[in-house]
This record gives sequence, C-alpha cells and structure tokens, in this order.
Amino acid sequence: MLRTTTTALAAGLIAVATGAWADPSENDLVINGDLEITTHAEAPAYIEGLSEIYSGWRFREVDTQATQMDDFDNPAFLAVDAAQEAWDTVDGDAGKSCASCHGDAMESMAGVRATYPKWNADAEEVRTLAMQINACRTDNMEAAEYGYTSNDMTGMEALISVASRGMPVNVAIDGPVQSTWEQGKEMYYTRYGQLELSCANCHEDNYGNYIRADHLSQGQINGFPVYRLKNTKLNQVQDRFKGCIRDTRAETFKPGSPEFVALELYVASRGNGLDVEAPSVRN
Amino acid sequence: MATGVKPRVKVPGSASAGEVITIKTLISHPMESGQRKDSDGNKIPRSIINRFTCDFNGQNVIDVTLEPAISTNPYVEFQATVPETGEFQFKWYDDDGSVYEDNKPITVG
Amino acid sequence: MDFTRRETLALGAGAALMSFLPMRANAEAVDDLIAAFTGGAEMGDAGVDLNAPEIAENGNTVPVEVSAPGAKAILLLAAGNPTPPVAQFNFGPLAGSQTASTRIRLAGTQDLIAIAQLGDGTFARTSKTVKVTIGGCGG
Repeated sequence: MLRTTTTALAAGLIAVATGAWADPSENDLVINGDLEITTHAEAPAYIEGLSEIYSGWRFREVDTQATQMDDFDNPAFLAVDAAQEAWDTVDGDAGKSCASCHGDAMESMAGVRATYPKWNADAEEVRTLAMQINACRTDNMEAAEYGYTSNDMTGMEALISVASRGMPVNVAIDGPVQSTWEQGKEMYYTRYGQLELSCANCHEDNYGNYIRADHLSQGQINGFPVYRLKNTKLNQVQDRFKGCIRDTRAETFKPGSPEFVALELYVASRGNGLDVEAPSVRN
Repeated sequence: MATGVKPRVKVPGSASAGEVITIKTLISHPMESGQRKDSDGNKIPRSIINRFTCDFNGQNVIDVTLEPAISTNPYVEFQATVPETGEFQFKWYDDDGSVYEDNKPITVG
Repeated sequence: MDFTRRETLALGAGAALMSFLPMRANAEAVDDLIAAFTGGAEMGDAGVDLNAPEIAENGNTVPVEVSAPGAKAILLLAAGNPTPPVAQFNFGPLAGSQTASTRIRLAGTQDLIAIAQLGDGTFARTSKTVKVTIGGCGG
C-alpha cells in the first residue's frame, strides 16, 4: 500500500508539476562555428525503452545551450587549461608527466573518451576513464591518485574528452564487460529510496516532462564532466549519479564503487551513437 | 585569498585601422559573496574581484566595478576600437589587494 | 563558489522572507543607489537596453547584456538581491560600443534595473523581470 502511494506521489510530482510537455529542442549543436556534434540519434537496439536518444544539451534553455557553443564562453575550459598544465608537468617518483608518454593530448587521446568505461585485460577489470587516469598516475608516474571526484580529476577527464569531441560514443557491452553491463542495467531499472524512483522512471519514462521546474533529460552522460551553472564547477559523472540517487531519498553508492562503475558502463552504452561533447554546460 | 586565479582573454590577432572588435574575458575566481556561512555558522568573508579594466596603448576601453552579485569565474564581454597596432592590457583587482594582469597584442594591417 | 543543498535552501528561504520583510528597505536601498549615480536627476526611458533571459535556468549564473549608445556609464542593479548592486560599466574613449555582457547571480525572481548616463549627460532607465526557476533536482 505504502509502495503504491509513494509511487503515485512521485508520478504526480512529475506529471502535475506544470502540466507542460516540452520536446527536446530542435537546435543543432555546433561548437566554435565548425565542430558539429550529434545530439540526436536512433537508440541502440538493446535499449528497449527508447526509440531515439538525445543529448542533455537538447533539454536546456537557449542561453545555457549557447554557453557550450563557444569554448571561450564555456567556463569548463578554465579547468581544461589547468589540466593541460598538469598534463605537461612532471609529478611523482618516476619523474614523468602525462606528456612524457602520451605527447600531445589532442592527438594521443583522440577517441579515448568515446570508448570508456572499458575492459582492461591486464587488470581484468572494467575501468572508467577516472580509474585509468589514477592507474596511470600510480603505476606509471608513481604519483598520488587524484580524488575520484576532485577538481584535478574532472579537469583531466575534461582535457582528455576534448580530444574526442565530435566522435560517437562507442562503448562495448559484450565479451568480458557483459556481466558488469547487466549489473548496471539492473540498477538502472531498480527503484531506490523513499520516493522509489529508478533511473528509468525519470529519464526513460518521463524525459521531456518537467519535474517541478526541471526539464527532464534522458540522463545521457556523453557530456560529462559537466560544468553546472548551479555549482559553477566541473561535475564528475558518478558524483551526478550520487546526487540523483540521493534525491530519491536513498542511501547512495560511493563514487568509484563497483556499483557506480557498472551503472556508468550501462548508462554510457545508452548513449552509443551520440557524440562526445564533454566538457558540456548544464543547469 | 583566492588561489589558482587564471585569466582567459579572447582578442583577434589583427584588425583594420579603426575597426571595432569584440573582446571576451574570463577569470577563474570563486567570487565569495560574503553572504554565506560555513558549516559552523561563521560568516565566510567576502572575497571577490571588485574591478576590471581594459586599456589599449594607455587609453581606456572599459572600467567595470564588480559586486558580489557577479557569478563565480567572472565573465565580461565588450567591444573596443582599434586605432593602431598595439597592446591591450587587462587588469583584475582582487579584494585581497592582488592584481591579475594579461596583455594581448593586435596588429593593424 | 559552491552551494550545498542546505545553503541553497537557506538562500531560497532568505529570498522568500525578503519578499515580505525588508522590501521597503531594499526599495530604499535601490533608490539611494540610483540617486547616488544620477545625483537625483530625472531619468528618461529611451536610450538604454537591458537583455536578460525571461526565465533563467539557474539563478547562480544568469547572462545579461546592457547597451546604451554613446553612454558614459551604465549602472546595473538587481532589486531583489540581498545587496542590489551588480556592476557599473564605465566606457572609455576606445570603447567600440557602449555595450557589455556578463553573468550574474539572482537570489530569486525579480526586476533587473539598468540606468545609463548618456553622452549628453542625461540619464535613462530601463528594467526587466527575470524569472528564476527552482529546479526539482538538486543532484
């Protein structure tokens, strides 16, 4: 009984809030006047609940959209500049910088962001980009790990993402990652918290609707890390998951936990076909 | 005291004499408003960029007074007339007395 | 500057209170600021423009543009903020136009006011209401 009531309540929150339906915008995302970004594509066959996928950019107001259309207007590039410096700076006991092995990030990292999270055969684990950055720091540079959601980490993720902007997200879901992907999928459809909301309740069943004044997106993560207007910094994707789950009034998982790694893999795969557009700007 | 403050400035590299160009500026700064309290209930002291200026070859383009209502990472966009080849000088004045500077040359051809 | 959920709520509560209690005080503060800028001169309503979104997606970062051809200076105020001053733009001899854009904080739905000191020394005033939405997802 309780379950029915709270679920109905939650549904009411979504549906009644404004009564308005607003489709994703029809605007095209072109960055710096020449970099065309695919923000709308056919949904991958394995996503039963969606026929089309849209980047979160399509759900934002015009002013917020515009901030992402020029790298100078996009404040995330303050963090990208700082990360470029870190990339070129020697850190750790091995006396190496990122550049010592990887050279120019814009060349060596092209396409990297598009395939993460992915299987690491040596470590026999699914790795997010953040995990790979830290593995590189500890194993190769003999430097301290970045905090999983720290500004250093989101800046480095953003820098590496810039090299893949405009390339389609192409995360593998089969082979050695399949069981992790299945775990992430199960989480996506599991109702969490006192509000008993699953990811799908908002981002699959109700995208385009308003939850109070928020225009619900599909929760795609092709734009992460994201510069949010509300906290004026880059936000790590698993930090966003944490915020989302907390909003269902649940105990959340920790960023970097196996649960969130699985969820990130699954959610990333829901965006296969959209272009990497990180670092993006959202509300 | 704000740390890691970094300016970004976008100015075209060249212009024709007398041309009006658009300049965009951004600086990484928390712009702590002085309105907030920390978790112990103590007021977090105000710490903002309170003034921004742009000059060209010693002549003023714009002089802006900024208040705590300006967002984190202050952004200012404006237009300048470029009479000759020279250098734009940008200055941001911090509450703590620091002055952050950047210069951008422009060629009139 | 990061706002935690609690601080954001507190800000919101503060904004709600403000709309009842110190409205008169705030209106007086705005009047005083305007008088200090104009020296008490009459203000026309032509010659100054203010561009801001009708609905701001987040009050923490709202884009605004002010413009007044030939003006010496433009004062920008947010009448509903705890402290109304936002910025004053003084244009020098090499200003290419008397236009400037920035990003500002708005504590809630309120009027933005721009007053320009025009080239002939007279003053002009304009205002615009910006609705600030409070999202459902603090996330």
